[in-house]
Amino acid sequence: MGMTIVEKILARASGQAKIAPGDLAVVAVDTVLMLDTNFMPDIRREILKVHDAEKIVMVFDHFVPPPDRASADAQATGRAFAKQFGVARLHDIGRDQGISHVIASERAYALPGTTLVCSDSHACAAGALNCAARGVGYPDLVYAVTTGKAWFKVGETVRYDLTGKLQPGVFAKDLFLHISGTYGDHANQNVEFGGGGMASLSIDARRTMTTMGAELSAEFATFEADDILIDYIRARTSAPFEAQAPDADAIYVARRTIDLSALEPLVARPDSVIKNSVPVSQAAGVAINQAFIGSCANGTIEDIAEAARIVKGRKVANGVRFIITPASQAIYRQALEAGYVQILMDAGAVVTAATCGACFGGHMGVLGPNETCITSSTRNFKGRMGDPTARIYMGSSATVAASAIAGTIVHPGNMVRA
Amino acid sequence: MISGRTWCFGDNINSDLMVPGPVVYATPAEQARAVFSANRPGWVDEVKPGDIIVGGQNFGMGSSRPGARSLRTLGVACLLAESLNGLFFRNAVNFGFLALRCPGVSTAFTEGQTAEVSVAEWRVRNVQTGATLACEPVPPALLKLMLEGGIFPSLERDGLIAPKATKAK
Ligand code: SF4
Repeated sequence: MGMTIVEKILARASGQAKIAPGDLAVVAVDTVLMLDTNFMPDIRREILKVHDAEKIVMVFDHFVPPPDRASADAQATGRAFAKQFGVARLHDIGRDQGISHVIASERAYALPGTTLVCSDSHACAAGALNCAARGVGYPDLVYAVTTGKAWFKVGETVRYDLTGKLQPGVFAKDLFLHISGTYGDHANQNVEFGGGGMASLSIDARRTMTTMGAELSAEFATFEADDILIDYIRARTSAPFEAQAPDADAIYVARRTIDLSALEPLVARPDSVIKNSVPVSQAAGVAINQAFIGSCANGTIEDIAEAARIVKGRKVANGVRFIITPASQAIYRQALEAGYVQILMDAGAVVTAATCGACFGGHMGVLGPNETCITSSTRNFKGRMGDPTARIYMGSSATVAASAIAGTIVHPGNMVRA
Repeated sequence: MISGRTWCFGDNINSDLMVPGPVVYATPAEQARAVFSANRPGWVDEVKPGDIIVGGQNFGMGSSRPGARSLRTLGVACLLAESLNGLFFRNAVNFGFLALRCPGVSTAFTEGQTAEVSVAEWRVRNVQTGATLACEPVPPALLKLMLEGGIFPSLERDGLIAPKATKAK
């Protein structure tokens, strides 16, 4: 019996010929992502030994630049840790700043066929690069840093075969909202994407899908490797890697085909994305106080380009705060060079430095009581972006930008120019 | 055998309800005080050590925030749920909190009934109704961590981390 992508990667990393659902795989971790939050004063443990500093990547992303003393202390401690143990790949505040999951991809730290862990649930983002990546807890993170290992209770895999091509105005986020709305959670299961339709999805769009795997409660979310991916990696590194394709007789617990051409823009209603998606038209007219584009899922250059296209020559509605947080400074620079930042600022948007920011209600866009926000970020849990009485709708960046102009949730098609 | 009074919660109880944003980087004691403050204010004052939580599908969905540690800090003896988010389960293992998948549990109990849980037999019994349910066995290596305080004590023993948090409050 054959193996799925993730089973093959875990088999390689654990030195086993075969891995199957139900196994407890103990694997060698190829990349460990450490964050500023791992060094917050009240939760950190002092690490005395590091297994292999060359396998560690450190990224300060949740609180940059630090909005308070605790995060400043965390980053100072993190810098000292990097120096003490010789961690060369440190993404501090400045030129190389950004959200870890996007940096792991931009810099091709996460290679096809390898394993990665991070104490942030959206580490599954690297699955877009055919990497078995998983968000773990802080204790797992410390375990991986100090021993080089991690354990995974292997689940069954759901396969999504993509066909067709997304219509204009429909994005990967809508595809995700279709899956979460139709099939609900995938707890203890892996999600695997492939099929002819994936060729029409950029690496950024694929990363939106795998990042949002965390919202499905999936264990791992991975894409097949194709020429688009291999070219993407080769443009960034000459490091060797071996991408993993599923076996022809791989066993899936379910196999579902999705015709991308048939999808329409969706939004998730507040508090959950599980079976909570509706066509944008059903939420249309809901007044908003804030519109947010950003996060590891949708702070890409494609999101910012789309937002600029929609708001060009228009004004953000009175009383609406439109906040855009690029996922990395590299993306920010691209957006500057392309003129998108100018267009967005002219419309009245605020474009912030790259960080997690408003996505988790950390800083730069925290919601107040009873406010309504539409976001293209990762999560719409109650209280996620600030006050627990705030309502958070989730949609594509196009839907968010269109809504910022309208002042109410609107279908992005309403902003298409004649 | 563990025996305790049950508290029933629904489907998709998420990490941010257990560890709300404002306390994510606070001390474990401060975090424990905030559990379910958005969806069930005041619950932390009612729950007693030895109580048992009954959850629905996808319990613990969301982030790596250590909800399992907060439940342990409150003295909750065990969590039984229809299904568990994998990251929540990892934290349960690594912070030493007993969390078991037990299909059918959310309909087998109403709040306030008593559950008896046996990890030797992987069985749960409703003392009032007599109903028994099977729970999914946890691999022995992980069960050992769950019952013996999680992973930090062994990392301390191996000299990989310092014995205490670098800063106590
Ligand atoms: S952008 Fe949001 S979801 Fe992504 S790592 Fe940061 S806080 Fe987590």
